[in-house]
Amino acid sequence: MDFSYNTEQQEIREQTLKFARNEMLPNASKFDQSGEMPLEILKNAWELGFVNTCIPQEYGGVGFTAGDTVSITEGLAYGCMGMNTILMANDLALLPIVIGGTEEQKKKFLTPFTEDYKIASFCLTEPGNGSDAAGIKTTIKEDGDSYIINGDKMWITNAGHADLFVVYGTFDPNLKHKGISAIVVEAGTEGIEVGAPEKKMGHRCSDTRGMRFNNVRVPKENMLGKPGDGWTIAMKTLDHSRPMVAASALGGAQCAYDHAVKYSKERTQFGKPISNFQAIQFMIANMAMKIEASRLLISKAAWMLDNGISNTKVASYAKAFAADSCMEITTDAVQIFGGYGYSTEYPVEKLMRDAKLIQIYEGTSQIQRMVIAKEIFSRH
Amino acid sequence: MNIFVCVKQVPDTETKVVPNGDGTFIETNAIKWIMNPYDEFAVEQALLVKASNAGSTVTVVRVGAVHDTEALRTALAMGADDAILVEGDDSLDSYMTAKALKGAIEKSGKSPDLIFSGKQAIDSDCLQVPQLLAQMLNLPSVSVVVGYEGDSSKITLKREIEGGALEVYDCSTPAVIACNKGINTPRYASLPGIMKAKKKPLAQHSLADVGVSTDDRRVVYSEFHLPPEKPAGKKFDAMDEANQANIVKEVVGLLRTEAKVI
Repeated sequence: MDFSYNTEQQEIREQTLKFARNEMLPNASKFDQSGEMPLEILKNAWELGFVNTCIPQEYGGVGFTAGDTVSITEGLAYGCMGMNTILMANDLALLPIVIGGTEEQKKKFLTPFTEDYKIASFCLTEPGNGSDAAGIKTTIKEDGDSYIINGDKMWITNAGHADLFVVYGTFDPNLKHKGISAIVVEAGTEGIEVGAPEKKMGHRCSDTRGMRFNNVRVPKENMLGKPGDGWTIAMKTLDHSRPMVAASALGGAQCAYDHAVKYSKERTQFGKPISNFQAIQFMIANMAMKIEASRLLISKAAWMLDNGISNTKVASYAKAFAADSCMEITTDAVQIFGGYGYSTEYPVEKLMRDAKLIQIYEGTSQIQRMVIAKEIFSRH
Repeated sequence: MNIFVCVKQVPDTETKVVPNGDGTFIETNAIKWIMNPYDEFAVEQALLVKASNAGSTVTVVRVGAVHDTEALRTALAMGADDAILVEGDDSLDSYMTAKALKGAIEKSGKSPDLIFSGKQAIDSDCLQVPQLLAQMLNLPSVSVVVGYEGDSSKITLKREIEGGALEVYDCSTPAVIACNKGINTPRYASLPGIMKAKKKPLAQHSLADVGVSTDDRRVVYSEFHLPPEKPAGKKFDAMDEANQANIVKEVVGLLRTEAKVI
């Protein structure tokens, strides 16, 4: 067993973190307050190769392993969990194409993302269907050499800026998951209606909107896999994306921890730094343990993917554990900062707000436990 | 053009430096190593010159212990073409380092057109190696350079002097140019750059290979120890109106006799 990073992995971690510290972190508060997409920073990140890590080399990507990808995500989320959400949403949308697309589809849809900074959206959730994703109501109907999409989508990250949407719909809602299909819809297609940006508690620089697909006509060759393959493609996507989302929680947690350690050494009360008090020390020690455990779970989930081992259960361990830990760690960071922690003048309250979303999106912490329990009881 | 960049690997700026067990050097076991920040400006300047002079190559040279090749890997990932590592320990003095760099450059078989370095390394802060190297190679050298303009035959360098004024030099090439902050903004190593770096050539030599022996040592470290802890400051109550005259007298006295600042 080897817990060390090789030379390239080490370098990737360091460069990502350097970018996060110098370019993202100093601007995180500004974009959190304005709620605008930091397009210049995002484009800069794309130019340096931090974005669309899932695209294979054959289509112009760098050819990262899942292990590299979680390192990059951790680093970017250290800079800003919200900015990382914008970048990570691209992978979430492109992974179904990587997983279920034909050679022509991959060339057509993935390659442009390696030639310029482009934005993508993954459209699964609906106003009435979040955790119960198999219950989606958006319909796909055949019409000559096209499919027609009708339905509403909700909480779609990047919707207002996306060049490409991967949309999940069903040929028949009664078929449940067996009817679900995934289709690539290019921006500008007639009938796409994008709602106003949602006002959110955290991840405020990321663009989140409701969408309506109103008789959107898409050529048949945009379907990923066969009709009805959508559920399998979505589940395989989650095996890849959950370790990434877990890594984003880890990055946020590490940032909160670093702030807390530094502050507790500087802040004096009762004549000494508060880091001298056991109450603070225990909080810091708990943070460190949770961070290390999260990193190990995430590394294992990624390692399993890279070695072709089914990782569904471990990916859910990682996602739930890292997200819950991030919430606890950022909450304790605010506690250590005391009154200052509650002020927007200091960085930790934003981290606490951002952490909350990671327990919710990409399968809530409760859904992860359902996945884990199902894996346990279906095998024992 | 054959462009060389001399880089040093130094402890990360956040390292808590402590002497090693027998006080002969600093404890290097748990250190995170980085490229000397001033050398990043040198690498960037070399890459900028390369970009405007087609067919140029950038070779990055480092002398030091092997425990980690962070500095060279970073330079290759930023875009340098090849690297040379001269294996020595971390406590070489400036003279040995300069001599090893000279040997490595000569051994590469490429005659240098430009040699860049940082103006100083942030660990030992000697500010000697670029000048020593230039002397050994019999080349002109300019240090603390904050501006670079030029073509392959003549360069103009701006150099910072006391009070923020600039000296401007016309300099013939080849030359040794030691860079300061402000000359450029070093690029990040891109992730594709990192992946490409592992395929780039890295030559490795011993000190003997480049003509350096222990006899070349000019400076011997006698001891490493932490500075003595500062005694706690003295407090005076300025609000104690009844005693103000005495307090002022006492403070002035102490500033004169103890602190010796007035």
